[in-house]
Amino acid sequence: MADGGQFSAAPFWQNGPSPGQFYNTPGTNLASSQLPRTYTQQPIVTGTSVLGVTFTGGVVIAADTLGSYGSLARFRDISRLLKVNEKVAIGASGDYADFQFIRDIINQKVLDGKCLNDNYCYSPVAIHTWLTRILYNRRTKINPLWNNIIVGGYDENEGSYLGYVDKLGVAYQAPTIATGYGSYIAQPLLRQSYESNNNNFTEEQALSAIERCMRVLLYRDGRSGNQYEVAIITKDGCQVTSPKPISTNWDIAEYVKYV
Amino acid sequence: FRNQYDSDVTVWSPQGRLYQVEYAMEAVKQGAAVVGIKSRTHVVLAAFKRATDDLAANQKKVLAIDDHIGVGFSGLTADAQVLTKFLRTECLNSKYAYNTPHSVTRLIAALGAKMQICTQVYGRRPFGVGFLVAGFDETGSHLIQTCPSSNYYDCKAMAIGARSQSARTYMERKLEEFEDCDRNKLITHGLTALRECLSDGDLDTKNCSMAVVGKGENFQIYDGDAIASFISFTL
Repeated sequence: MADGGQFSAAPFWQNGPSPGQFYNTPGTNLASSQLPRTYTQQPIVTGTSVLGVTFTGGVVIAADTLGSYGSLARFRDISRLLKVNEKVAIGASGDYADFQFIRDIINQKVLDGKCLNDNYCYSPVAIHTWLTRILYNRRTKINPLWNNIIVGGYDENEGSYLGYVDKLGVAYQAPTIATGYGSYIAQPLLRQSYESNNNNFTEEQALSAIERCMRVLLYRDGRSGNQYEVAIITKDGCQVTSPKPISTNWDIAEYVKYV
Repeated sequence: FRNQYDSDVTVWSPQGRLYQVEYAMEAVKQGAAVVGIKSRTHVVLAAFKRATDDLAANQKKVLAIDDHIGVGFSGLTADAQVLTKFLRTECLNSKYAYNTPHSVTRLIAALGAKMQICTQVYGRRPFGVGFLVAGFDETGSHLIQTCPSSNYYDCKAMAIGARSQSARTYMERKLEEFEDCDRNKLITHGLTALRECLSDGDLDTKNCSMAVVGKGENFQIYDGDAIASFISFTL
């Protein structure tokens, strides 16, 4: 072992990683780290807050276009919104790869539906319920899809619909919803505007409330991006706008004594 | 009928026919009549419940699938039960996964796919039952006829089973009236069409069954005494 015999070299080092083997970081349980990890333990590339607001005649969902790699603002022009069909859109925060997985499944479902050629559109409540079942099932297997998802849509029969579902399978509906830091920073702002307006918004009021919240989030959330996309769903269909830059005013910076 | 190409469902005849499938469709033609009519807002099924025996109760012909879908069948009852169970399971799963009533057209597309397997696999036989599926969903009212051949047809009005041609003739005459018909008039048309299929006697509370589904109205079967008032209104 030590000298390796006459035909093979002695090992270069002792007590260190062996090339090609899974390395046991000091302190980990030996047995489980021999195996590759087969279940989600942490999100890798993440999206921050998603906001959703209902207004009379529709719903709007907004999310910035940043994919963070920990504290690195790595992917600065990615879409975290998905138009499912003319009635429904979803926006996701959390792990971006898990969102891409969900996006692929939903697009495949919509495509399969097109092949049946019957003009059937999944309604907002159908997509929300279906996602809830999937996410809850994954959490039960301790292998979650690490996302907080907002499902929004407009249906002639049901009116405006805004739902939330997350990696634990928690699901609910509300007139305004925000995920991530948005739930601390933006949700109070959205609720205050919404309630002081008699519990209804026009489309313009909803969009300006969203713009204000995205600006506050850009100032205050250290993992937020400086442009955002909006999905607007009304009886006339669903539309995801191209990224809008957020205007900021840093004049106050000159007055701040401590950097 | 008997010839050398009718032993298996997997054998084609030189004329391009599958005799076993055609024989299965005969089973539907022998069953008791079922009539279906739809308007823009409602769908009505009326079925003749044959009694095999004076001692036995009359055969159930109309079955509920979900709150918004029901079927009337003609042909082998046992096959109808199997397919009904399939339809009910599909609707229930859809309710659980999507919290939405199952689309009628999608449901029947799935049924057609299931029935087609038996027309193409050696050792199996086609389902010897035809359905008239009545449903109302977000795309409106639906009346769909299914066959043992696994084909399904969207209909405005249809009758299947023994002596159903007379009902079809009546409905062809009245076709223009059905689309904007109100619910009660539609039921009257359904039962009148069904009466055309009788060989003798008349409709009474024992030998016929009726069901309605429509906008804001769950699928409901009218049987026995509940059907008496509707029978008295037939033309």
